[in-house]
Amino acid sequence: MTKQQANWSPYDNNGGTCVAIAGADYCVIAADTRMSTGYSILSRDYSKIIQLADKSLMASSGFQADVRALQKVLAARHLIYQHQHNKQMSCPAMAQLLSNTLYYKRFFPYYAFNVLGGLDSEGKGCVFTYDAVGSYERVGYSSQGSGATLITPFLDNQLKSPSPLLLPAKDAVTPLSESEAIDLVKTCFASASERDIYTGDKLEIVILNASGIRREYLELRKD
Amino acid sequence: MPGLMLASAAGSDSQRTLYPYVTGTSVVGIKYKDGILLAADMGGSYGSTLRYKTVERMKPVGKHSIIGASGELSDFQEIMRYLDELILNDNMWDDGNSLGPKEVLNYLTRVMYNRRNKFNPLWNSLVLGGIKNGQKYLGTVSMIGVHYEDNHVATGFGNHLARPILRDEWHEDMTFEEGVKLLEKCMRVLLYRDRSAVNKLQIAKITEEGVTISQPYS
Repeated sequence: MTKQQANWSPYDNNGGTCVAIAGADYCVIAADTRMSTGYSILSRDYSKIIQLADKSLMASSGFQADVRALQKVLAARHLIYQHQHNKQMSCPAMAQLLSNTLYYKRFFPYYAFNVLGGLDSEGKGCVFTYDAVGSYERVGYSSQGSGATLITPFLDNQLKSPSPLLLPAKDAVTPLSESEAIDLVKTCFASASERDIYTGDKLEIVILNASGIRREYLELRKD
Repeated sequence: MPGLMLASAAGSDSQRTLYPYVTGTSVVGIKYKDGILLAADMGGSYGSTLRYKTVERMKPVGKHSIIGASGELSDFQEIMRYLDELILNDNMWDDGNSLGPKEVLNYLTRVMYNRRNKFNPLWNSLVLGGIKNGQKYLGTVSMIGVHYEDNHVATGFGNHLARPILRDEWHEDMTFEEGVKLLEKCMRVLLYRDRSAVNKLQIAKITEEGVTISQPYS
């Protein structure tokens, strides 16, 4: 009598793409709003971006139930931090917390591909990019999710990030203005929607700068 | 996948759900002018046999919500026990506030996700709709904890057959008659093309006044 193997998977990929770009005094985080499973679309209007703290936003694609659980854990931890330290968590602090939270489940991972974006304590834009188990790096721009393979090469070409191996360390943030960065993001998603079946419907862009936070939406291809 | 291998090696397979036995098929739900409409047939399949033909797969929950379930029917009965306890505790507060549909679905999502984490899922896809203080809510959660809300939702085959019809023909503020007609259209297509569908269905309506689940009809 052969042992019955589990015939269901605890994971599913609900698709989607996230992008973040850091500027001198702003940060742009964008994600599409499509949620899918297999070849079906579950929702055309599902937000993947969450504001974790005053100056930190997280966009996550992957398995939606794990993303939701991860968001809840981080939000709860941030609340505790606020109670204990009487201040908001800085973006680099949130970055470390996210990494630790992901690694905590190293042997049953959160199937979530995250980009964290925000302003650091000096008001400069910062973007942190992650894999599913918490390995992270501060970068000038990043893309994660199903359309990342299409978007990252394009951003590499347009944003010409200096090598992190250079000494003295060169700033990775882009010299582009805020509106130029937003246009770049829109172009990225318009292209990704053409070829990636899991990306499309609508694009949600959140811009964080010294004056606060603002949202923009753009219709994408619905096929 | 590391998590999967660890669980099978634990050796307590007789205690975990491996596959469903008696199952219900799709549930379809839409928002309309006065609230929410849900439709589900009354079939309970035992593999390929249409064993039970009068299964109520939709039940009211508290004052403000209805739940519709597809998948393993015994797990649905257990979910109803959890919900009964939830509503009971809510009533015992006796504070004039009661759990709305969003809260109930959030609770169910957490339950489903936590069972999935323990590799012992409740093998259901649930639709939860309701209206509280004029706010309509319609959402769904799957057996692994994936949830979302929308103006129209469906489970199982409904996602493939009914959702496209709903995307084309649903609009804001439908009347009750329009809503029922649209749901009947969806159920007809499901009857044609889903082999686990039976020709006996119920339509559930929830408005600010309360819940009404129709008598079964064909």
